[in-house]
Amino acid sequence: MSKHHVTTTINGEPAEYLCEAQQTMLDVLRDELGLTGSKEGCSSGDCGACTIICDGNIVCSCLMLGVEAEGRDITTIEGIARGDELHPVQQKFLEHAALQCGFCTPGLIVAAKALLDTTLNPTEEEARYWLAGNLCRCTGYDKILRAVMDAASVMRAEAGR
Amino acid sequence: MPRVNYAAPSSVDEAVKALAGASGLAKVLAGGTDLLVQLRSGRIKPDLIVDTKRIPGMIGIRDEGNFFVIGAATPGVMLSSHAGLEHAWPGIVEGADLIGSTQIQGRASLAGNLCNASPAADSVPAVIAARTIVVIAGANGRREAPAEAICTGPGRTSLATGEFIVEFKIPKPKAHQCDAYLRFIPRTEMDIAVVGCGTNVTLDANGVCTDARVVLGAVAPTTVIVEDAAKALIGHKLDDATLAALDKAAQAACKPITDKRGTIEYRTKVAGVLARRTAAIAFERAAAR
Repeated sequence: MSKHHVTTTINGEPAEYLCEAQQTMLDVLRDELGLTGSKEGCSSGDCGACTIICDGNIVCSCLMLGVEAEGRDITTIEGIARGDELHPVQQKFLEHAALQCGFCTPGLIVAAKALLDTTLNPTEEEARYWLAGNLCRCTGYDKILRAVMDAASVMRAEAGR
Repeated sequence: MPRVNYAAPSSVDEAVKALAGASGLAKVLAGGTDLLVQLRSGRIKPDLIVDTKRIPGMIGIRDEGNFFVIGAATPGVMLSSHAGLEHAWPGIVEGADLIGSTQIQGRASLAGNLCNASPAADSVPAVIAARTIVVIAGANGRREAPAEAICTGPGRTSLATGEFIVEFKIPKPKAHQCDAYLRFIPRTEMDIAVVGCGTNVTLDANGVCTDARVVLGAVAPTTVIVEDAAKALIGHKLDDATLAALDKAAQAACKPITDKRGTIEYRTKVAGVLARRTAAIAFERAAAR
């Protein structure tokens, strides 16, 4: 079984790689491309630690094959910061200490960033449901929600709203 | 994961050929939210995966006269953001939207949910209640079947080897027709239905039910169309006597199992409750249009 040649876009840059059909997108990111920010938690789509953005939608990269990325537009945690500056979600996670062990953090930041790409005015309830697929066993979620809501207010101010 | 071959055909005919030419088990990949879990666990060992998402029409919602035509691999997020479908069949959208997390909604499809053939599949009851037709492609060409003909038992479907679902044809609602779906879970998100119920009703101008379909999930090996529940509604307004008859009919149709999510007795009782609640919502929606 020959390897598949995949041409795609990852974090705004053209990317090419060879992978086997059974390799997940998460396997490819971590093992072939060295992008180890996305974490393997459950490998069954339950925990959200491997969350990436694919063509504008968040998906679990453990439930996507690497070959499926052909021609897609992928964003991982490594592509969230604005150059040398942290994204407001990242900055607010730090300020609110919205992490303890940190394993869920990349997935939560990617998912929260995607929420704020959709709306800058989420209610806390909307944010809680949006993030229900990201499990955190340390924080109890309160600090995470505060960080996300605070990041939304920062981004509203940036947008002049 | 074990080694596997992969094909991403660009037409239905190519997909049919790829499925027919597989040396061992061939599996169709739409969103993959069930398939990849089964692959990793070793529950299935396919020789070939055929990704259908590169086939034109497999993703997207088309308005075709009397039907909404939904590509079989259309992810949940596209259903819940389609204003026309949401307005026409809020119950179908509610059911699909209850599947998994935001991440799962980015991939999971109606065809995957139907062909995974879990009796607890959240999108299936309201799809069946709307009298949806599925279009199936295979070596002998295309055929159509009612959605309720697909699942024949837990994990089993009526699709022949090499067949796959291309699209769903959902009839548009008639005047004073609408639907609702509710599921019961012990938490608020990210769980599998203890019981699910999709109810679709058509009323006359006076609010009397002229047609109905009540479909229960997770109370039998497949979803159940409860004919007696429809009979309890047709010819009546939604008064206490009608609700009581509906509840009784729904409970009588249950043949559930006891598992960690609920006992036989509990599931049976909840089925009656959800039948009443979905009927109340569907009647209210139907009367308002």
